[in-house]
This record gives sequence, C-alpha cells and structure tokens, in this order.
Amino acid sequence: MVEHGDIRVVHRGGSKINSREPVVTNDSRFLLCASGERVKVFSTSTEECVHDLRGHTDLVTGVLLRPTNHLQVYSCSVDGTVRLWDFTDGILIKVQTCSWLMFDIVCMCVCAELFQLVAVHLPQSGDQLVEAQELSAVLSNVSSNPAATGFGRGVRAPPLRSPNAPPGAITYPKTDKDNKKGGKNTLMCIACHPKDDCIATGHEDGKIRLWRNFNHKKEYTYTTLHWHHNAVSSLRFTPEGTNLLSGGLESVLVQWRYNQESERDFLPRLGSAITHIAVSPDGTLFCTSHSDNKITIIQSCVKVSAVIQGLVNGESVRTDLMVDPRSKSLVLNGKPGHLQFYSLQRDKLLYNLDIVQQEYIHELGLQQFEVVKVAFDAPGNWMATVEERKPKAAEPEINLKLWAFDEQTQSFVLNTTVSAPHEAQITSMCFSQAADGQTSMLVSASEDGHFKAWQLPRSAYEGPSWSCDFVGDYRGLAPQCCCFSADGSLLAVSFQEVVTVWSPASWELLTTLSQPPKAIRDLCFGRLGCSKYLMGTTASNLLCCWNLLTCSLEWSTSMDVSLLLSDPLTENMAAFCCQAESTDLFVFKPSEPRPVASLKAVCSGKVTRAVFAPREEMLESCEESSQWLNRSQLYFLTQHMLLQSPAHVLPSTSVLCSMFVESLLVSVADGRSVVHEHLVHVFLNNSHSDHLCLTLNVSQQNTHRL
Amino acid sequence: MASFKPTKIQVYPKLGEKVTQDTLYWKNYKAPVQIKEFGAITSIDFSPVAPHNFAVTAFTRIHIYGPFSQEPVKTLTRFKDTAYCGRFRSDGQLLVAGCEDSVVRLFDVSGKAALRMFRGHTKAVHVTDFTSDRYQILTGSDDYTCRLWDIPNATELNSYREHTDYVRCGVTSKLNRDLFITGSYDHTLKLFDARADKSVMTMDHGQPVESLLLYPSEGLLVSAGGRHVKVWDLLKGGQPLVSMKNHHKTVTCLCLSSNGQRLLSASLDRHVKVYNTTNYKVVHNFDYAASILSLALAPNDESIVAGMTNSILSIKHRKSPEESAEVSGQQRRTPSYRVFVKGKNYAPKQDDYLVSKPVKQHLAKYDKQLRTFNVSNSLDTALATWTRLRKPEITVAVIKELDRRGTLKNALAGRDEQWLARLLNFLIGNLVDPRFAAVLAPAAEMILDVYRRVVGQSPLVDRQLLRLQELLEREIDYQQDLLEVLGMLDTLFASSLPRLEVDLS
Repeated sequence: MVEHGDIRVVHRGGSKINSREPVVTNDSRFLLCASGERVKVFSTSTEECVHDLRGHTDLVTGVLLRPTNHLQVYSCSVDGTVRLWDFTDGILIKVQTCSWLMFDIVCMCVCAELFQLVAVHLPQSGDQLVEAQELSAVLSNVSSNPAATGFGRGVRAPPLRSPNAPPGAITYPKTDKDNKKGGKNTLMCIACHPKDDCIATGHEDGKIRLWRNFNHKKEYTYTTLHWHHNAVSSLRFTPEGTNLLSGGLESVLVQWRYNQESERDFLPRLGSAITHIAVSPDGTLFCTSHSDNKITIIQSCVKVSAVIQGLVNGESVRTDLMVDPRSKSLVLNGKPGHLQFYSLQRDKLLYNLDIVQQEYIHELGLQQFEVVKVAFDAPGNWMATVEERKPKAAEPEINLKLWAFDEQTQSFVLNTTVSAPHEAQITSMCFSQAADGQTSMLVSASEDGHFKAWQLPRSAYEGPSWSCDFVGDYRGLAPQCCCFSADGSLLAVSFQEVVTVWSPASWELLTTLSQPPKAIRDLCFGRLGCSKYLMGTTASNLLCCWNLLTCSLEWSTSMDVSLLLSDPLTENMAAFCCQAESTDLFVFKPSEPRPVASLKAVCSGKVTRAVFAPREEMLESCEESSQWLNRSQLYFLTQHMLLQSPAHVLPSTSVLCSMFVESLLVSVADGRSVVHEHLVHVFLNNSHSDHLCLTLNVSQQNTHRL
Repeated sequence: MASFKPTKIQVYPKLGEKVTQDTLYWKNYKAPVQIKEFGAITSIDFSPVAPHNFAVTAFTRIHIYGPFSQEPVKTLTRFKDTAYCGRFRSDGQLLVAGCEDSVVRLFDVSGKAALRMFRGHTKAVHVTDFTSDRYQILTGSDDYTCRLWDIPNATELNSYREHTDYVRCGVTSKLNRDLFITGSYDHTLKLFDARADKSVMTMDHGQPVESLLLYPSEGLLVSAGGRHVKVWDLLKGGQPLVSMKNHHKTVTCLCLSSNGQRLLSASLDRHVKVYNTTNYKVVHNFDYAASILSLALAPNDESIVAGMTNSILSIKHRKSPEESAEVSGQQRRTPSYRVFVKGKNYAPKQDDYLVSKPVKQHLAKYDKQLRTFNVSNSLDTALATWTRLRKPEITVAVIKELDRRGTLKNALAGRDEQWLARLLNFLIGNLVDPRFAAVLAPAAEMILDVYRRVVGQSPLVDRQLLRLQELLEREIDYQQDLLEVLGMLDTLFASSLPRLEVDLS
C-alpha cells in the first residue's frame, strides 16, 4: 500500500483525442471520444468535457453507441474488456472480459503482426462482470487501420459469419489486386452507402472509387472521383446517403453529392490534416478529428461551430517546456507555426498563438517554419520566440520575434521581428532576470560562434522596438548554453568545454571556468541562497558545481545527467539521469552534493523535457523528502509524449494506484510505424443483435503483456 | 474556419531619411507656382529693397515680378538679342543687363528705354554687376575681357585681358568698391583691384567656372564649375578650403540662405542641394522637373525661385505659420459622422439580439491568386510594372512565398521571351541588393535550371543573361575587396587592443 506522502509519478494529461473516430450521440448533444485509457464525453455546443468515463486499465481503442439503447455506449480497450457505459450520468454498467479471446488467437496464429476481424456475441445477463464466450472469426489478415474496415447495409449476423462472402468488409490486399492499375493506389479507407449497394474507397493517390453492385460477383462497376492531391484518409456517407464526405492531408472537408459527383462543396482551412470524419445520426453535425489532436464540430458542412483541442504533440517538442509567468500555463510548440498555452490545472488548451503568421500549406515534404525556441522574462511582459525553416540546399531562415503582453487583449502582441538574427541555428536563448524590472535583456547564442544581447532602447525617441546591444564571441567557438544569474548581474555562456562569465553591465569577460575533456551540455545558476553557485553538466557524465566567489570548482560528481533544471521559487535543482532504459530523478541544493530527494526509475525511457511549474497555493508539508514540492510541481515529458508530474498529496490510495498504472501507458502515435499501436479495434454491426466485431492484433508484445 | 493569411511584405528601414530641422525648414514651402517664360532662364536677381521684386532674364526679355504676383509687374524688352544677367543696383533703382549683341544696357526700373548703352565688348556679355559705390559697372564677356564702366558718362574706365577663355561669372565686393572677382572657362578665378591694372590673386578651379558667390563677410569665396563646388579662403591668399562633389552634372548656380548658414547649389542634374556651411555636408535636396540654370532666394528665405532650361520659372513661397499649422490640422480630420461615429456609443439593451457583421478581409490581387493556388498568375501580378519598379519588396515577398510553397519552379517555367526578359531585368536591378539577395539568388539559379535548354535561342534573353553574369562577377569582386578590408581592419583593431596580462602561474 502506498503511504500518505509518498512521491509518485502521475500522468497529468495530454492524451490523444484523435486516435479513434469520435461518436456523436443520437440527439447531437454529446460527442464521445477515446482519450488514452478513458472515454471523454464533450458537449457539442459548449466544447466542455462533461464526463470522464474511467475504468479501462489500458488504451481505449473503440467507442460505439449501443444500437438498442441510444443512451448507452460500448467501449473496448487493449486491456481485453468491453465496457458498457451510461454516458449521460457517467456510470459504468457492465464489463465484459474477452481476455481469453486473445490467448486463443495467439495460439492459432504464429505470425507476429496479424489482425483478425471477429464477431463476439455479447451475452445478455444481469451481472456487471460477464465473460463473452462466443467468438467467430470473420476475416483474417485485415488492415490494422480501422478506417479500412466498413460495414454495409443489411449486414446480419449469419452472412457475416460465412467466410467465403464477406458482404461488407473489404480487406485491402484483395482490392489492391483487383484493380491492377499499379502505382500508389493503396487503399486507405472505406465507407459503405447506407441504402444502395455501393462502396466508396479512398486511395493513397488521392482518388476515391465508388464501387457498385459489389454483392454480385464479377458484375461490379466503379467510377473514380479525384480532387485530393494526397492520400484520402477518411470517407463517410451521410445517414441518408445523399452526400459523401472525404478528407485528407489538405485539411479540406469535401462534400460530394451522391449520383451527382461533379458537384462538390468545400470547407477549407480546417487547420490540419483530417484523420477521421464522423456524422451525427440525424445528419446535422459533422465531426472531423485532426492530426493536431483536435476535433472540429461542423454544422452541415457550412460553419465550424465548436473546436475541441487537446495538447498538441507534434512530431517533436522543439521548444523547451516553458511556464508563462502570467497565466501559469505550460507553453510549447503545437500545431505548425503556433505556440500553445496549455492549462496544467484544467488539462485544457487555453489558446494557440500564431507565431509565424503565414498561410500553412498542407503538402508532404514541404519545409515549413517551426517555432524552435521560446523564452519569457520574469514578470511575463515579454516573450521571445525563434522560428526556423531549413530549405533544401539553402541557408536556413531564422526569425527572432519579440512579443509584448497587451493588458487589454490579455495576449501577446508582436513588437519586433528580427530577420536573420544569427547566421546559423540558435542554440540557446534566455532573458535576464533583472531585479529592477524596468529594462529587460535577451541573450541568444548561436552556432555561428556569436552570442548577441538584445535590448529595448531606454529612450523612447528610438521607438519601442528591440535592437542588438552587444555581440560577443570567444575564440571562434560555438556557444551552446547561456544563463543569467538570479539578479541579472552575471551571464554565463558555455563554449564547448569552457564556461565564460560576462558582466552584462559592461560586457566584460570576467572569468572562464572549464572542466575538460568534454563539452558543456547544460548550465544553470543557483537561486536565492545558492546564487553564488553555477551548475553545469558535461558530455563526459560530470555534474559540476562552481563557486563564483572563488572561481573554483566546489564539487563534482559523475552521473549521466540528461536534463538539469532549477526551480525558480526555491534553491532546489532537479537532475534527470538516464540509466539503463529508465530515468532517475535527483533533487538537490547546489550548496551540498547530497540530494534532497531521489526517485529511482520515475519512468522508462529518456526524459527529454521538464519544467518546474509554480503551485497556485503553497502546500504545508513538513516531511523532508517531499518539501521540495511545496512551492512548485515538476512536470516532465517522456519520449512517448506524456505529461507527467511527481505528486505526493493525492485524494485516496485507490485513485493513486490507478493513476500510477496510468503513467505506464504508452501513447498511440499516428501512422503505421509503431508496433504496439492499434492493438484491438472493435466494431459493432448495425444489426440489432448484440454482436461485436473485433479486429485483433496478435503480436509478440501482446503475449508479453498477458 | 481560419481566414487566409496574406503574404507578409517585409518592411525595410529607410536609411538616411531622418527628419531633421533642415528637412522641416526646407519642406515648409507651398506647392510651386510655375510660369512659362520665352526661353531658358539664365538669371534671377532679387531687388535689395522692399518689396523685393525680382528680375528674371530669359531670352530677349527681362521680366520683373513682384513678390506675390504671378504676372510681371514690368517687362524690359529693348534687347536686339538674348539678354543676360539682369542685376539690380543696391538701391533697387537701376538694373543692368548684358546681351548677346555685346552691348550692355542700363535701365531705370520704372522706365522702359535704356538709360545708358555701354559699347566696347566685341562678343556677348554674360556678366554684369554694380560696384558697391553704385557709380561703376563690371562686365565680363566672351571676348575674354572684363571691363569697368562709369555710369554717369558711359565711358570705359579699364579693361582687363587676363582670362584666356569666356568670362561667364563675376561678383563685386559689397564692402570694397575697388574689388571684384571673375570666373572664366579657362578654369581660373581672378581677384582684381580697380586700383591696379592687373589681377592680384588667381585661383585654379580645375573646371570651367559657372558661378561665383562671396560670403557676406567676404572672407570666403565659393565657386562652382563642372560637378565641383569649391570654397576658397581669400584671407589666406586664395587657399582652397573645401571641394564638394555632390551633383552628377554641371553645377550652374550658387546662392546663400538669408542667415548665411546654408549654401544652395543648383545643377543641370535637376537637383538643388542645401549644404551646411560649417561642415559642408548636404542637409537637404530639392528635385525639379528640368535642368536648373538659375536659382535665387528671397530675403528671409521667403521664396525660392528657380529657372530651368525648359523656360519654366518655379516660385515656391514659404508657408505662413497659420498654414503650416493648418496642414497638421487637416491630417487630424475627424472621421465623418455617418461612417464612423454613428452608433458607436450605442450600448445594447438586455433583450437585444446582436448580429455580428463579419469583417471583410481585403486581399491584394497576388494574395487572391495565391489563395486559389494560381501561382503563375500571382507571379505575373507581382511583376507588374508599377510593383516591380516602385515596390520591389512586394515582388520579392511573392517570390519568397512561392519558394516557401515549393511552387516557384512551376511559376517560373513555361514563359515566353518577353516575360523572361522582364524577369531578368528585375533580377539585374535587384539581385545584388543585400535586402533581396537571399531570396533572388536561389530564384536566379532556378531560372537558369529551367531555361538552360533554350539558352542561345533568343538574343534578348542571352544579352540579359550576360549582363547578369557581369553583374555577379563584379559583385563577387566587391565582396572580395570588402573581405580584404575587413581583414585589414581586424588586424588594426587586434593590435590596438590592450594586451591582457596572462598569469602563467
């Protein structure tokens, strides 16, 4: 049992809501979507999360309304259970365990990655925990992509069982061989017309093919619709069958008239690539989920009425994790060219700030501007951003932008744009923490061998824009990190293995410190009582502490620190050490090498980004091991893109246990590259019997899990 | 959803366009009054006495204008040929003028017929002036001589034959009745003393001298000839003080502002430059429509009068204090009630239903075309003549945007000879501009890639490609020179830095 006050790592949010197609309820009031190991119920009008259906212990892979009772919903998960929920009240009604199924199929199939479509009979019984016994394989060797499986009209349980004539389901290898056109016509998605004998398939070359008379062998005909220039990722017929909706990378929702395919309607600029399309049963609402972890609710292809936005986990977090001093929100790069301000308390995106301010072109292989650095000054009046674009075989384009906080609009307003502030990539950027609060200074270090100081001119005559104040270099070496001391009187810049200490008042090189043989990786000044210390980590696995009064090494220890950061409110520093697949966390004060707290194996994999976020109200904990969390919380991001934070005061032990399990979760990355994604997908056919159709993956990892 | 984000046009700082006291002072003139004369205006002279009429010598006439009239108050027409150099006497009563027919005429300002005719020169007389005692006249002529005449009995007092070319300018001293200076096309300035028979000082200007100016203190002399304006110190025996070369054509006229702090020079290159007389830096610049032959400033700089080769006389009057205040008042004109103010302060009542009116986004034509992915058309729009010549930053921004979208090659390909020539012309004009080079250099490479196969088919394009190549080679040379200079400077700076003592222990 977990004792009260013990420090645990808790998963704090940022789950994907776009991994599976969202479901709109019959009355169009709610939207259900799988989010990590939960099912979230959103209101379609207010965008608020109404309920959080918790209970699954692993990734939720499918959500479906119960056909016989439209106030209930099925969800299935990698943990091998199918759960039935009442989403209006947020109550779990029934659990059906199917875990034996997996075991069965593992025995039958030897192949590592194989998906099967199976039908499950859900027994009617009053118990809350039921084991589903009846299972029948429908198809083997289906695509792992759930969009590539669809169900047509009049599909009943008996024909679904017959292995020779799968009426509504197409597996993509077959179709690929059917039309021997060659080229990139790999099937991406499929949709069945609700009334006619017609199937629409979307292909990688951007074409949509409408197949008719598919049930009669060898008599089918097909027509081709072509508008998309990249792969069609989602297709959907409206419930009446009058329109066909398609979406893809272009982020344009295209509405084709059924039987009048030359007439199309477009809804352009939806923000980012469309991954799924869902239509409400009455046909009034369309929902599109997007690759930037967003669900857009559209009123009958005319107007965007609501946007539900989760934490955007792009390809990588290029900016460090930052905390906006004013809103206390987490700031990192989100959708292309934007910064996202994410509330840690509410697990909700506050707003996106457009940094690049350019039209985003949705095309594969195009080099786009990306926000790579962001910095805030201590009171939160100024924000500096660096955006970068690397065209092929040309000089990189770099822009430095400075944003002033506008009290009236409560957001940042662009003040200065410096194009090409440096000739090469900017490696580090920081604001001076000047105590007077009047004059701010920004220092940017770049691979071109210079670091530059930017300052707001003191006289108002020159205009309120920033300009370069000083350009410094040291023996032609490339600066790596820069850091201001707590009072802003010293600037430390590391040039490979040498740390140079400058006085920003006179731009005089005060001293140099070095700890050969390897380059400095991280630099950090101590705060408050420890402000005379300068901490640094080197690539040769050394953690060094220099005393700036004596200009000598105070202590050093050998550890592979992947990340070093200091708490702005206390003297504490946190060091993440990567050792053998897992990461340890050490919290210490620079004045003494003995750690204040140490946590072994906080997570698997390497911690790439972390941040101390100040608490809204200080905690009164007296235990020595957890005192360092009294004033601020530590959040970190692992390679699997989950936001986690060590916490020590939690409501109850049971919740804590489940949360701890949650933190072991792996995320669903998009694409087909990651092995352990799309483990189970569940469909329910639209007949009125309680049969489930499951796509099962049989992989090595699954056996490990079991 | 989100609206189209227009192409960002980079704003470049305007260098050297700072607002100074001088710009404010010299811009504070009204729009010019333009009067058509009968021929090129060779001389303008302000009367020294109020109301400060001015005499304009053009073709065979001298017109005398009042300070605010647009019609001549007086016309002197008794010339057989082109008149030159109408000058007022210091009391404003008499006016003297030379003529192409070598006769110098003296007029009473109130009369019409000439009071005196001075005959003796053998060629056209371009220079006339009164001496400071008001009884003598100095003339200079194309027969290489300059002469002094006595007004009362119309006789020649003395003749100086020292110049070896036309005498085209001359001034008399306002302090000493015996001193005068002449400038000639033989490149020399000569200071004469009427008490001696020959010149007492000779200065070599280096070019044919077109205009002379004496400072009110008469210690400094300014001469203009060729593209140079030179200042000489007379008290140091004619030592050259400054030489200025700010015009790119011959400087024709010089004058001094009323307080003596600013020197103005007018030139055939259609510019008037204003110099500060303490450091001789250009502080302001006026543009005119044609080459300027003569320029004069009214006392207290009340008006600037310029005469041009196209026989237009341009008069700019200084704005009165009320007028200059009025202009700033006009800029702060309040918006019209109907459009902007109406309903602005209306607070909605509780049950009112607010109908939000979408703000229409105004897009430039190239942006509209970019929005619909018409890349070639947007490049055409950006290369339209006005944009290309007046706002090259727009053209460059569109090219950059196309490059960012990866469609620049498509937009450049498949063009005809005329279009390509226009684009190459634009590149030749802007490629080496440091503001645009980063964008245009890859674009130029792309053009060469696209049209490599058709090189040699069009003489027009080939010529421009050769020009482009020359331009680039020259630019590379410049850059190399600059790097060399930078290296030299680095060495100098490094040696001038104090050497830090290295503590070896």
